[in-house]
Amino acid sequence: MLKAVLKKILNLIPTLLGVSLLAFLLIRLVPGDPVMLLLGERGADPQMYTEMKRNMGLDRPMYEQYFTFLGNIFQGDFGHSIVSKRAVLTEFFDRFPATLELGIMAMTFAITLGIPFGIIAAIKRNSFFDFTLMGAGLVGYSMPIFWWGLMLIIVFSVKLGWTPVSGRIDVLYEVDKVTGLLLIDSWWSEDGGFAAFKSALSHLILPALAMGTIPLAVVARMTRSSMLEVLGEDYIRTARAKGLPYARVVIVHALRNALVPIITILGLLFGSIITGAILTEMIFSWPGIGKWIVFSINARDYPVIQGGVMMIASLVILTNAIVDILYLWANPRMRH
Amino acid sequence: MLLDVQNLTITFNTKTGPLTAVRNLSFQMEMGETLGVVGESGCGKSITNLAIMGLLPPQAVTSATHLSLEGKNLLSLNEREWQCLRGKDVAMIFQDPMSALNPCYSVGDQLIETLLVHAEMSRSDAALESLNLMEQVGIPAPKERLKAYPHELSGGMAQRVMIAMAISSNPKLLIADEPTTALDVTIQDQILRLLKDIQEKRQMSLMLVTHDLGVVAQNTDRIQVMYAGEVVEAGLTQDVIHHSTHPYTFGLLAGHPDARKSGERNHKSRLPSIQGMVPNLRQRPKGCQFHPRCSFAQDTCRLEAPQLTVTPGISRATRCYYPLNRGEGRTDQC
Ligand SMILES: Nc1ncnc2c1ncn2[C@@H]1O[C@H](COP(=O)(O)OP(=O)(O)OP(=O)(O)O)[C@@H](O)[C@H]1O
Ligand code: SF4
Ligand SMILES: [Mg+2]
Repeated sequence: MLKAVLKKILNLIPTLLGVSLLAFLLIRLVPGDPVMLLLGERGADPQMYTEMKRNMGLDRPMYEQYFTFLGNIFQGDFGHSIVSKRAVLTEFFDRFPATLELGIMAMTFAITLGIPFGIIAAIKRNSFFDFTLMGAGLVGYSMPIFWWGLMLIIVFSVKLGWTPVSGRIDVLYEVDKVTGLLLIDSWWSEDGGFAAFKSALSHLILPALAMGTIPLAVVARMTRSSMLEVLGEDYIRTARAKGLPYARVVIVHALRNALVPIITILGLLFGSIITGAILTEMIFSWPGIGKWIVFSINARDYPVIQGGVMMIASLVILTNAIVDILYLWANPRMRH
Repeated sequence: MLLDVQNLTITFNTKTGPLTAVRNLSFQMEMGETLGVVGESGCGKSITNLAIMGLLPPQAVTSATHLSLEGKNLLSLNEREWQCLRGKDVAMIFQDPMSALNPCYSVGDQLIETLLVHAEMSRSDAALESLNLMEQVGIPAPKERLKAYPHELSGGMAQRVMIAMAISSNPKLLIADEPTTALDVTIQDQILRLLKDIQEKRQMSLMLVTHDLGVVAQNTDRIQVMYAGEVVEAGLTQDVIHHSTHPYTFGLLAGHPDARKSGERNHKSRLPSIQGMVPNLRQRPKGCQFHPRCSFAQDTCRLEAPQLTVTPGISRATRCYYPLNRGEGRTDQC
């Protein structure tokens, strides 16, 4: 098992190199000149333009720029934002907890509801519950996040007034950054405590719901089909013939086997969560990575984009590696 | 009497209408005896066993005038009572041991789990007991094997593990549903010998379901031949093998001469093909179920179904109007 894990980690290196090249090239393929944007609408005299370009290192050949970028990354330097002049890494970690909190909440929502729903639908196959759930799943799966997010805001924030429209927490509360996750940090806020936590939670619910709907539908459908397949297996008959209670047969014997494809799907979903985060954060003005990246692309902030994309991609790759390791755990046949 | 089945009927509700797979099936098993059940594929051997364990799928409707194990009425059990019975009073092993074990758990985990469902014991006692069981079924290096996962075992080893699991709670009846069909020829004998061995040691009753007439000839006390969900002939093994009276049994044996030389098993010959096809259970033929394939069929056979009756002079029951005698030809009509 340990050897397999080490091998997985070594395999990450070429992938990360490839990602760095992509991150570097992609932004340069987008039309638009960062120097021009920085100098503003009025334009500038050519001398100022060349000087600025040289300062930013953009006058040197592409390959040289790339290797500088790569070399700096190895020293932990992801460059500085052209706009804010702050280190890309600092900016990233300022915003990352917001996205992480949102992502965790969305996935928790998807997993804690999706897996039990899928199991029940499989056990009660072709029942009313099964049909309703699978119908709802199909709708949820094809829901455009943008539209769905706006609908949630209109209904719950505007019409019913249950939840705030945007942001992470009420401006009343001054929360010191410890973990960066407001659901946790809010408990220690001077004037907040439970009230601050409640405020943070009510801000989080709608975006998490918007972002988690597609994963919820995917997880529920996957769980159902995977469980249906497993429940027909010989070893389920064996488990029942041994006299085990049905709940144990379903959870211990069936679910454990059904998890293998579910985990695979979850791995893929974690990758797609970034897309979800970009859209969700735009709609709910959630101050996370997604919003930051969109802003930086509009500003042609090269270092932020290449550094930020590199960080995001590394995280996705890392989660995928973790998922692969979980996969090994769930499936003993793969360990050798 | 250990097992008493009277007029068991199993009907499946399918999309295309009801299908009666087992019809008025009656048989008994005594303590400590071995019953061989033979019959072509689809004749209802496995679903009869599943009915005895209460494991039929929900679309199956079971009815019987009597169904009991050790005097316990199985027809009135609820799910919880079935759970107490399964694995404890009746245990079952299956055709393909590799797929019958859960791939996600080690052999030890699955054995210990089985022990813990039916007996109050600590996990460490169960671990010791599982080691003991592994030795009893002749698994070499049992300690290491307990940690193994099913995919690391050979088919024969996996079947031994299944047997260990099945006997862990000392059941009175062990149902072996084609226990050697999926195994290598050389392993088949070992597994059968092991089953016989355990059966004798524990005074257990054994129901041996198989396609292989050689296997039943050698290992069973009595034989029951099934056709289209009915018993067509039943009796002492040697009687049935050497003096079959039902044309179907006779046909089976005709394609399988080695079965009669008991002791000489021929692994290659499974149930031979009798001319014609198994009847469609949705549209059963009128009269004797075997008549479309029977070369002795008369008009009576086509109109009225024969009953399972004891042939005078031989301790055996046959479902045929014109039973054959001593396997050589037809008797006079009586
Ligand atoms: N779930 C089901 N739905 C509908 N019909 C079924 C179902 N299971 C079994 N049957 C019917 O019951 C009949 C008997 O099946 P069973 O598995 O008992 O046969 P078998 O004698 O064990 O055959 P084999 O030797 O191939 O194992 C089959 O012909 C099939 O038509
Ligand atoms: S009853 Fe008639 S058709 Fe049926 S087996 Fe006997 S002889 Fe053949
Ligand atoms: Mg069968």
